[in-house]
Amino acid sequence: MDIGKIDQIIDKHDGEASSLIQILLDIQSENHWLPKEALTRVGEKLEVPMSRIQHITTFYKHFSLSPKGKHEVHVCVGTACHVRGAERILDTVQEVTGVGAGETDPDLNFSVETVSCLGCCALGPVIVVDGEIHGNVEQAETAAVLTELKQAETDEVMQQCACE
Amino acid sequence: MSRIKSPAELEAFRKEILAQRDPDKPCITLCSGSACNATGSGKVAAALELEIEKQGVTTEVVSRRTGCHGFCEQGPIVVIYPQGICYLKVQPEDIAEIISETIKKQKIVERLLYVDPNSGERATLEEDIPFYKNQKRLVLGSNRKIDPRSLEDYLAVEGYQALTKVLFEMTPEQVVGEVKDAKLRGRGGAGFPSGLKWDFARKAPGDQKYVVVNCDEGDPGAYMDRSVMEGNPFAVLEGLMIGAYAIGANEGYIYVRQEYPLAVANLTVAIEKAEEYGLLGKDILGSGFDFTIKVHRGAGAFICGEETSLLNSLEGKAGEPNARPPFPAIRGLWTKPTNINNVETWANIPMIINKGAAFFSAIGTESSKGTKIFSLVGKVNNTGLVEVPMGASLRDIIFKIGGGVPGDKKFKAVQTGGPSGGCLPEGLLDTKVDFDELSQAGAMMGSGGMIVMDEDTCLVDIARYFLAFLSDESCGKCTPCREGIRQMLKILTNMTKGLAKEGDIDLLFELAEATKGSSMCALGKTAPNPVLSTLKHFREEYEAHINEKRCPSLSCKALIDFYIDPEKCKGCGACFRKCPAEAIEGGKKRIHVIVQDKCTKCGGCHEACPAAFDAVNILSGVPVPEATPEEARAIG
Repeated sequence: MDIGKIDQIIDKHDGEASSLIQILLDIQSENHWLPKEALTRVGEKLEVPMSRIQHITTFYKHFSLSPKGKHEVHVCVGTACHVRGAERILDTVQEVTGVGAGETDPDLNFSVETVSCLGCCALGPVIVVDGEIHGNVEQAETAAVLTELKQAETDEVMQQCACE
Repeated sequence: MSRIKSPAELEAFRKEILAQRDPDKPCITLCSGSACNATGSGKVAAALELEIEKQGVTTEVVSRRTGCHGFCEQGPIVVIYPQGICYLKVQPEDIAEIISETIKKQKIVERLLYVDPNSGERATLEEDIPFYKNQKRLVLGSNRKIDPRSLEDYLAVEGYQALTKVLFEMTPEQVVGEVKDAKLRGRGGAGFPSGLKWDFARKAPGDQKYVVVNCDEGDPGAYMDRSVMEGNPFAVLEGLMIGAYAIGANEGYIYVRQEYPLAVANLTVAIEKAEEYGLLGKDILGSGFDFTIKVHRGAGAFICGEETSLLNSLEGKAGEPNARPPFPAIRGLWTKPTNINNVETWANIPMIINKGAAFFSAIGTESSKGTKIFSLVGKVNNTGLVEVPMGASLRDIIFKIGGGVPGDKKFKAVQTGGPSGGCLPEGLLDTKVDFDELSQAGAMMGSGGMIVMDEDTCLVDIARYFLAFLSDESCGKCTPCREGIRQMLKILTNMTKGLAKEGDIDLLFELAEATKGSSMCALGKTAPNPVLSTLKHFREEYEAHINEKRCPSLSCKALIDFYIDPEKCKGCGACFRKCPAEAIEGGKKRIHVIVQDKCTKCGGCHEACPAAFDAVNILSGVPVPEATPEEARAIG
């Protein structure tokens, strides 16, 4: 990640150590994960020891210390979705993408996360694929949405191979 | 518009806004809360704008994107004022007709109206729909009338009247007195009297004090605070400022979950607008009162809903709790006296000041006053946000407002209070929503999650679900919480997998006692509640799991098997085509058979089998009958 961009984010928060979490959130949303150089830079600029930064980035669930896949799939496992069959949807997601909850595939195509309630309980079970909410999903529909994405990735790889 | 410098200027501005608004002019409001956005409210809004232009009614009609209306199951929702005509599940292609018929010819578009599933009758007006008719929407009421990002809209519904009254006509003591007299109790879960809390912070020594809004709504299955923050952020700001004036604070913080991007966005706009008009900042309305607000986004930690953890998180640290006392009112943010309340609590304050403590305390029960918002979700027909006076019965909420359980399933339990709450059976449905009465019944008010469960929901699995959530969210600082929850979870997981032993229930009780009695903060102290309440009311389900390795609700995967009844199978092949694991042996006009070793128990075959045949059975606690031999599988 570009150091200039990190500095910009830090400056936006007046370089205050109390804004550490807010700064990390902004970096995470910009870059989708927190690379080590970014953390080092934040530590230097805010004069916060790396141990504290590590504590925070591992304490809060939103932060990721490893790269995320191109497509982010969030499966809501809040109570309302749970009683409406979220577990089975999660199984389907794993079957189609081959990626379990909290994991990313080696090709960096898919990251799968569970979330505890997105507050769209009326639409449960809910999955969010690349920021788009799909409500009242059944297993078949979940599979269809993800298979399409997966196919697109495979096509792209095939095309690249053909070009070479 | 420049800064508003006095109450007189504010009133003049309000008059100007109201003078420009013709109450008889049709106003089309479109719900744009998170749930409606997910069902396409954005596209409907675009269509609305386009069609108003196309049909040449720009001067005859006003359109407004509002916050959450509450009836999330039926979104996107359009309501046309002044009549209050309510259209449900509106799609972009419906808009042309709405304008040409309802706006131009005052005719109703029948197909978009609410239809009562029992009587088949249509309801034209919002207030005639049973879901709304049986509510009392004092806090949520403005949501459907205002654009959350418009200060003008908020002023048009008496916004900032309470703040003016407080700043110019009341002393801080009187404000605290009013909140005390209203007998408002905190809506975040514990139900502590708000006036008393304010008084502690006001009397605490120190020049620098803080006020904080807790919008870290972490309970899975609850989204009341999100809707208030998304739909009416100015009301929360006004409430917060009144509290700040009362306790003597000049700085406020709003802690919002990062998972609620729309709430953060609307709130940020509201703060900018309030600053622009001088309703935040220095010398507000010329009163000499200064106040600034900062928004802090959470980063995903349930424990931050606990006040001391939240304050640590605000300081940029990990959200771990501190032992109380000292309470935040004495030693809070940056060690200064701090008053922290939940979103809904703050949103009640302007109303209490405007209408008076007597008005507020006349609503509700002896010990719980006012209204409470619940998110009514799970296995219920009318999912959504409901606001009822304290004292309403669970039965009325679930059946009168919620329309009961979908399909022909039987009601089994209702869970209130989130992961710290409990499950109540049908026999306790007449319990009233009241802080004390719910606690006595073994549940709790909590922040307002209300999850309905039907006969297909396994209560042992629900207890396991909550403990899994809490085990994941326990910060790990104190041992009883960290280890106690983990051990209880192990036992419960074993039960759902058919690995439970005799004596496990006693062990659960013992662990629950220890965790409850010796954990540091409310997360651990209340963590055993889901276990204790389900053990109290549904012990037979636990015993079936332990003694017979049977799940009575046929939901625990490890304890069930799918089996096709050879007598009923017509060989249609529906299950064969649906099975993702290729675990079904079939063929034309042949009895279908599930190969148990290959079956992943996804339930696809059970769903696929036509209801008229009903051949796929779910078995639990009994051995699967021998498969019909190959040679005997031909039908007819």
